Amino acid sequence: MCLAIPGQIVSIAEERGQRMAQVDFGGVTQPVSLHLTPQAAIGDYVLVHVGFAISRIDAEEAAHTWRTLQEMDLLANELPANVEGAQP
Amino acid sequence: MKYLDEYRDGAVVRALAQRIAQIVTRPWVLMEICGGQTHSILRYGLQELLPKEIELVHGPGCPVCVTPAGILDRAIDLALRPGFTLVTYGDMLRVPGSVMDLQSARARGADVRMVYSPLDAVRIARAHPDRTVVFLAVGFETTAPANAMAIYQAEREGLRNFALLASHVLVPPAIRALLSSPDCRVQGFIAPGHVCTITGCADYEQLVRDFHVPVVVGGFEPVDLVQAILTLVTLLEAGHAGLANEYTRSVTARGNPEAQRVVAEVFAVADQTWRGMGEICGSGLRIRERYAQYDASRFFDVALTEPPAPAVCISAQILQGLRKPTDCAAFGTACRPESPIGAPMVSTEGACSAYYRYRRAAAQTAVEAAR
Repeated sequence: MCLAIPGQIVSIAEERGQRMAQVDFGGVTQPVSLHLTPQAAIGDYVLVHVGFAISRIDAEEAAHTWRTLQEMDLLANELPANVEGAQP
Repeated sequence: MKYLDEYRDGAVVRALAQRIAQIVTRPWVLMEICGGQTHSILRYGLQELLPKEIELVHGPGCPVCVTPAGILDRAIDLALRPGFTLVTYGDMLRVPGSVMDLQSARARGADVRMVYSPLDAVRIARAHPDRTVVFLAVGFETTAPANAMAIYQAEREGLRNFALLASHVLVPPAIRALLSSPDCRVQGFIAPGHVCTITGCADYEQLVRDFHVPVVVGGFEPVDLVQAILTLVTLLEAGHAGLANEYTRSVTARGNPEAQRVVAEVFAVADQTWRGMGEICGSGLRIRERYAQYDASRFFDVALTEPPAPAVCISAQILQGLRKPTDCAAFGTACRPESPIGAPMVSTEGACSAYYRYRRAAAQTAVEAAR
């Protein structure tokens, strides 16, 4: 029920007074209200819950998490090459 | 998918679990609050990856499961009235009321519809001005802003045929109730990352101060969860009751101010009954007077009452982390996901349902081995 899925904003338009976005979830695009995340912009990743973006994913914080894991030597030789934010 | 796949990397999860094994010196009982986290723990077998000292118990954080039967009875009553359409999230259709569920009401001719988003519920009301459309809106702090937006949008559009049958639950008062119980075994909490995305962390800092128990805000993917457990064990081993945030890509200390504003505009904090746990002071949200015309409780003359819970069910103890689903005599026999008796079997995020789905084979093997 509290599931929220990350997706990327591809377009934004006004609809019945709501700021609505088309959000790409790994190839499937869905309409999402941006009313709760007024600062979200095209290209941002947002966490979407029941048709509303509830947060803008903080790319710097995500990268920082991976750097922390690396500093713990946890990821030595174990990270896939395509993970963004894994490189220093 | 970005921000999803990398947090499911098995090698990282195993490495984090090994680190936990290196630092743990004694048994610890940890509780994850959110049903989404419970589901991930069972789905990915995270308990089995952890050292034997770490026991994970599962909290009451499935809003579908804890919605009181009395609310379902009201939803079914409304759905069966001529001229009414009852709209709700798909998970709610099989939640038992005291007599039947919404799916059975539909079989009796009720107009019951499933929606993905509260805005879909408003759209149905807009498209059918001749019908009274009631949206059965449940949820934790994560969902409350979206549900509030349904009323906000209906008012903005001047819709007069729309109402909310609201049943919201709040996490911090439930943790407070758990910690205040003399039977409480839980020594550290994984706080629900999407609830904290909305609310921020202040209420959890207060819990840390009041109960001297460490709390770590965690996400929902396996890497997120095991990282939160590592931080929790680190705090416990150091004897430090602190708050940490291991879901920083979504959670800030302040939370989402716009979502908080919408919730405060439409709802006020109220006492709330939880299925399986009873009434908890200040653990729910009621619709404010200003929006009374959108409150479906105006269709009822009598106060909401909660029918007694089935005697066989031990969900009250399961929701408090005192017993496991497999300890229940009805688990997997009389009580199954397609015919649930107790709250945690109702939704896929309930602890009993997650055990049934992912652990039934292991549980049966253990029972047979014990014979």
